[in-house]
Amino acid sequence: MAETKRYDAIVIGGGHNGLVNAAYLAKAGLSVLLLEQRPMVGGATVSEEIYPGFKFTVFSYVVSLLRPEIIRELELPRHGLAILPLESTITPLPGGDYIYRGTDPHETFRNIQRFSPRDAEAYREYGHAMYQMAKAVKYILSIRPPDPTSLHPRELMALLKLGKHFLNLDEQHMYTLAKLMTMSSADFLEEWFEFDPLVATLSASGIIGTFLGPRSPGSAYVLLHHYMGEIDGVFRAWGFAKGGTGGVAEAIASSAQELGVEIRTNAKVAKVATRNGRATGVVLENGDEFEAKQVVSSLDPKLTFLKLLDPKELPSDLVGSISKFETQGSSGKVNLALDALPDLACLPGEGVHLKGAISISPSVAYIERAYDQAKYGQFSEKPYIDIIIPSMIDPQMAPPGKHVMSCFVQYAPYHLRESDWEDQREAFGDAVVNTLSEYIPNLKNIILNRQVLSPWDIEQKIGLSGGNIFQGELSLSQLFFLRPSPGYAQYRTPIRGYYQCGSGTHPGGGITGAPGRLAAFEVLKDARK
Amino acid sequence: MPIPSPLHSRTAPLCITQEWRDWSGYLAAITYQPAHEVEYYAVRNAAGLLDVSPLYKYEVTGPDALRLVNRVMTRDIAKCRVGQVMYSPWCDEDGKVIDDGTIARLGEQHFRLTAADPNLRWFQDVGYGMDADVRDVSTQLAALALQGPNSLPILKILFKEAKLDALKYYYLLQSEFNGTPITITRTGYTGDRGYELWIAPDKAAPLWDRVMEAGKSYGIIPFGLAALDILRVEAGLLLIEVDYTSSQHAKIPAQKSSPYEIGLGWAADLSKDEFIGQRALQAEKKAGSPRSFVGLEVDWKDLDRLYGAVNLPPQVAGRASRIAVPLYANGKHVGQATSMVFSPILKKYVALATVESSYAQMGKEIEFEVTVEYVRVRAKAKVTKSLFYEPPQKKSVARG
Repeated sequence: MAETKRYDAIVIGGGHNGLVNAAYLAKAGLSVLLLEQRPMVGGATVSEEIYPGFKFTVFSYVVSLLRPEIIRELELPRHGLAILPLESTITPLPGGDYIYRGTDPHETFRNIQRFSPRDAEAYREYGHAMYQMAKAVKYILSIRPPDPTSLHPRELMALLKLGKHFLNLDEQHMYTLAKLMTMSSADFLEEWFEFDPLVATLSASGIIGTFLGPRSPGSAYVLLHHYMGEIDGVFRAWGFAKGGTGGVAEAIASSAQELGVEIRTNAKVAKVATRNGRATGVVLENGDEFEAKQVVSSLDPKLTFLKLLDPKELPSDLVGSISKFETQGSSGKVNLALDALPDLACLPGEGVHLKGAISISPSVAYIERAYDQAKYGQFSEKPYIDIIIPSMIDPQMAPPGKHVMSCFVQYAPYHLRESDWEDQREAFGDAVVNTLSEYIPNLKNIILNRQVLSPWDIEQKIGLSGGNIFQGELSLSQLFFLRPSPGYAQYRTPIRGYYQCGSGTHPGGGITGAPGRLAAFEVLKDARK
Repeated sequence: MPIPSPLHSRTAPLCITQEWRDWSGYLAAITYQPAHEVEYYAVRNAAGLLDVSPLYKYEVTGPDALRLVNRVMTRDIAKCRVGQVMYSPWCDEDGKVIDDGTIARLGEQHFRLTAADPNLRWFQDVGYGMDADVRDVSTQLAALALQGPNSLPILKILFKEAKLDALKYYYLLQSEFNGTPITITRTGYTGDRGYELWIAPDKAAPLWDRVMEAGKSYGIIPFGLAALDILRVEAGLLLIEVDYTSSQHAKIPAQKSSPYEIGLGWAADLSKDEFIGQRALQAEKKAGSPRSFVGLEVDWKDLDRLYGAVNLPPQVAGRASRIAVPLYANGKHVGQATSMVFSPILKKYVALATVESSYAQMGKEIEFEVTVEYVRVRAKAKVTKSLFYEPPQKKSVARG
């Protein structure tokens, strides 16, 4: 039986941005329905018990970018959010040595000094410079992108404010910012550092989630994007949410529900209903219909515009621009349930180094070669891997004495040239485990269960087009007032009452919640008219 | 985790308080005995021994060594003779202080520099294209500071051949200890007569033993950073990241300082060959500096009055404080005191402070914020020189 019910607003998609958006709308007094296709909310921000007793951070695995104002305004700590510190990063090196960077700056200094005394010093100065840069762009994260082509006084004022903000930067920082916007991450880092494995490890932040190599221009910006979470008045390293990233989604969902949001799972939206260029509600795949004055999609731009709407309802230039929006995923995920603690060849035994990240990034050339394979439609046989062991940080992630290991892997292109992912998935998993075994000799003996996810699998499971973890490349051509499309970067669409709030909008991907929050403000502005 | 210094085997058993601080990544004793005053008085009255191995140390050698060092430092190092030591700040291109330290000229083309922060990259970059080599010798040299009026007789027991009597303030001599080369500089951070001994780390512990043994009948004890902090404030010696912020670490431009603003204008030699920051400093000299570094003496009678109001005597004795305190004049904020201490020898409450230059004249009256029983009040204070205490033996040369 089809049912029809009316709400002030409907939010499509229960990822972290959809949840944040719904919570803010309900906070402002609207009646809100949130619809999620899967049996659980979270989207890519989930923890699932894939193997009995072991909780996997299936997709996203670390937190640092979640906007502190969202944590405060939605009272997330009261709803169970706890972000635990990731202590360190260790980069095992092929010769048996390693680079260790931890919470004690002097220890990190001594560790880098073994390879390069200059780099040990540069590392401090680099951290300071990136702090300055993050401080400079922090403002941008908290504003709706102004439209540079509009002569509306509101837009002109916003542009003026933005200009003034950047004029406050001192000269040197302005140059650094210009370099970050134009250079490749490896070239940018080589202006600071001489020890190649250090450059490689740091440059990895410039490629995570993007279809770029460390030598691709534009990757330096992504580096900065990953640094922005480290500003909060104080420096804050990356953290791990208690219970996995699913803990973040659960806390936001709990807050949203307390604010009155109705959440329905197993509710896949087929279409946004429109009448005379105005959204009137949604139709589910099962035929259920819901009416609302405002409809917000947290799905990626391709789904938001081209699937939930009939393209005939949209201007053709927008259809063209969204269909060309870069969403080819580049990364995969391998999640392992382990019978014991992995033992690093370079630093055997248990230790604080296992409570942080382990980075397989022995050289810039190594990562660039991994990228080369992806460019030509193959997965990397020797990939870049960013590993954490969640059970070392939150013991509840696995049974006592057992562990879970989350491996973020790059590159795994969505499109394979000579095969498909159903055929290649396990070969990709083998490549990852073989690569890891070079640094973790006991790994193969302790694997109880292995989950391998290619971008194609990510798309199948949670719908992200192309399996792109940012809902679209973080390239400069797809940022700020260009995200997802010129003229539609202010969370609105050509359909009145239909909005977008996913990572495909400003300021982009990562567990920030910022698009969801900023979009809610735009929805509320219109609702009050 | 901070690591042990080369002298840890000696300092650890003596540090009965187990109070340690992280000094540049090394464990440094804050106070060996529960009462740090004992250690303070040992330095003012007899002798104290301090492990200063955590200092960053660099050596510059080669035909262009002088050129390089002189381009870094604001003082004219060309005037530094072989065997002499100089103290100088160094600046960035904007004339803002990066760090300060000593420059020991070991040879015509050989300098040894000390620094509070890592500076290898800066020195090397400044020397780009010069025929000079900059090496970080921080871990290749341990350092002991023997300070106090009895430092000379103690040292003479150890180094009978060395011409210690004739060694002038801020000069050095080279000698040997058990066959290992040692540099003895007449320097320190206490404002008293004192020497610093620079030696290979593996010989540092035996040297410590010998100094302690020779000093026994001269009242020597080891002293920690708590006593040092009182001593250096009395001597008007500033401390990076406490009394000023390195331009490399400043989060906003207002946190940076020129040498003029931290009382080191005397060390900026604008007439010498080109050095880094010279043009900016010339301009600042001409225009005047907005802020000045001064000493402050808090009016004791006024302290008595403020504490007396709650029936207490002034509660200011104890360790030096590094928590900055705002200063006022005519009801407006005019600066801050950055290091303050009750001077045990002068029986005065004194502070090192940065004030707007119009309040920097000697004798100027300023208000100093004090917290009396949780209530913030303002005590009268007077601007003085920052050198509060200078005993004659600090610079004097022994006769005979």
